[in-house]
Amino acid sequence: MLIRRASDIRSSEITDERVYLRRREFFRLAGGLAITGAVGSLVGACGDSSSAAALGDGAGGDGQSPLANIKPKVVSTDEPLNRFEDITSYNNFYEFGQGKNDPQRYAGSLKTSPWTVKIDGLCNKPASYALEDLIKDQQLEERIYRLRCVEAWSMVIPWVGIPLSSVLNRAEPQGKAKFVAFTTVLRPSEMPGQRTGSLEWPYVEGLRMDEAMHPLTILAVGLYGKTLMNQNGAPIRLVVPWKYGFKSIKSIVQIKFVERQPPTAWNIANPDEYGFYSNVNPQVDHPRWSQAREKRLPSLFASYKTQMFNGYGDQVASMYAGMDLRKNY
Amino acid sequence: MRKLAKPVVFVLALAPLAGLIFIVLTGRTSANPAEDILLTTGIWALRFLLASLAITPLRRLTGWNVLIQYRRMLGLFAFFYATVHLCSYIAFDRVFAFGEILADIAKRPFITAGMAAFTLLVPLAITSTKGWVRRLGRRWQLLHRLVYVSAAAACLHFVWKVKVVIGEPVYYAGVLVLLLAFRLVWRFRPSGGFRRQPARA
Repeated sequence: MLIRRASDIRSSEITDERVYLRRREFFRLAGGLAITGAVGSLVGACGDSSSAAALGDGAGGDGQSPLANIKPKVVSTDEPLNRFEDITSYNNFYEFGQGKNDPQRYAGSLKTSPWTVKIDGLCNKPASYALEDLIKDQQLEERIYRLRCVEAWSMVIPWVGIPLSSVLNRAEPQGKAKFVAFTTVLRPSEMPGQRTGSLEWPYVEGLRMDEAMHPLTILAVGLYGKTLMNQNGAPIRLVVPWKYGFKSIKSIVQIKFVERQPPTAWNIANPDEYGFYSNVNPQVDHPRWSQAREKRLPSLFASYKTQMFNGYGDQVASMYAGMDLRKNY
Repeated sequence: MRKLAKPVVFVLALAPLAGLIFIVLTGRTSANPAEDILLTTGIWALRFLLASLAITPLRRLTGWNVLIQYRRMLGLFAFFYATVHLCSYIAFDRVFAFGEILADIAKRPFITAGMAAFTLLVPLAITSTKGWVRRLGRRWQLLHRLVYVSAAAACLHFVWKVKVVIGEPVYYAGVLVLLLAFRLVWRFRPSGGFRRQPARA
């Protein structure tokens, strides 16, 4: 089993939190080394205290299990990573409220274990998987991606996950399957936002088959080497780095192969503002704000020029050749 | 006591600014400090604007005429917070690209509304001094009715800004509707009602 419960892990194996909080320092020093619990003592020996202070204390992450055997930096960038505290305290996850800090405050009530993901629809091997079985025998990969929110801010996030295609292929999709539809868990008793009418629940998303099979598209189960915090979409979420953040649906319970383009949550809420594709595109403004530039958090200024397909154009642009991206926003 | 009240209100009105400076200087902001500044100053501008509009209904209902002494201060604080709000938009969100700002005003209704709300407050702030009240005479009151338009534009700005229109923006708009409705009801109330009418402002 790849995701180990906290109780299975001897305390000597767990990276000291203070060491963990200085991980960026470690990244710089250790270069491409894998992040594993075993290097904890090594990390402890090096470095000054300056960035430890900058990283702050009490960074949540308590109770998150370290993930083993992560293949480091399968995709990476030389841009600086956002702090763990920022990634886990500034979230859009309307199931827990509309405030950016609401998910951190309220997501604790979501029970993520046991967790089952149903894979069905137009495929030869539909099945329900316990989360552990879904990622068993899969190589976990570290994917350091830019995340561009439709609200014109962005972060750089070290996800841990597996290619979505590996999961989809196991189900043996049929030729008729043209799209993949995703559904978030529906649990109003544990998700206060689902007791409001902010969006239609459950949250649903979708990808075209080629987008879903693209090697950059992953199912993430971790962040900074540990299992996901609930506010980041635990225990398993989609990450599609060339699309606006809301496409990367969180806390997934169903993945379904379908023939027609499936409905998507924000498109249902406001079709003029949020399209099915929602590729990051500096030339197509959101009706209420420009998408030409973004605020690379925690910067104060929206001075970072937004890149076409969030900088992943070389890998993904060909999928949209000949499409009018102004119409298919 | 009476003499102390006004400075106390003044200092209290600065508390949101002090709180903001405190969280910025001590690194307690969210991951998006510019947004913290933008949202905090925006919401306080609207709150002070609505507070200034609540003075007249409160006076009418309570007969507590001393409240009128605070109306100008509340209005000027609304203008103050709105100014900081606008400046942070110009600096942080648009990074002083004034061409883009003009395009925003022309193209985006929520910016248009916000800019209108602010612009309408400018002449009101300028003519808020005793000298201007004297010079303008009856026209002063007429001019200052612009505050209703400004407040309505501010509420629209808030409602149009959010991605999902529920909760806070709707409540603030509701408060404004109540405050304006009160004035209508009061004007057309059955004359010679049982409540005495306080001196007109």
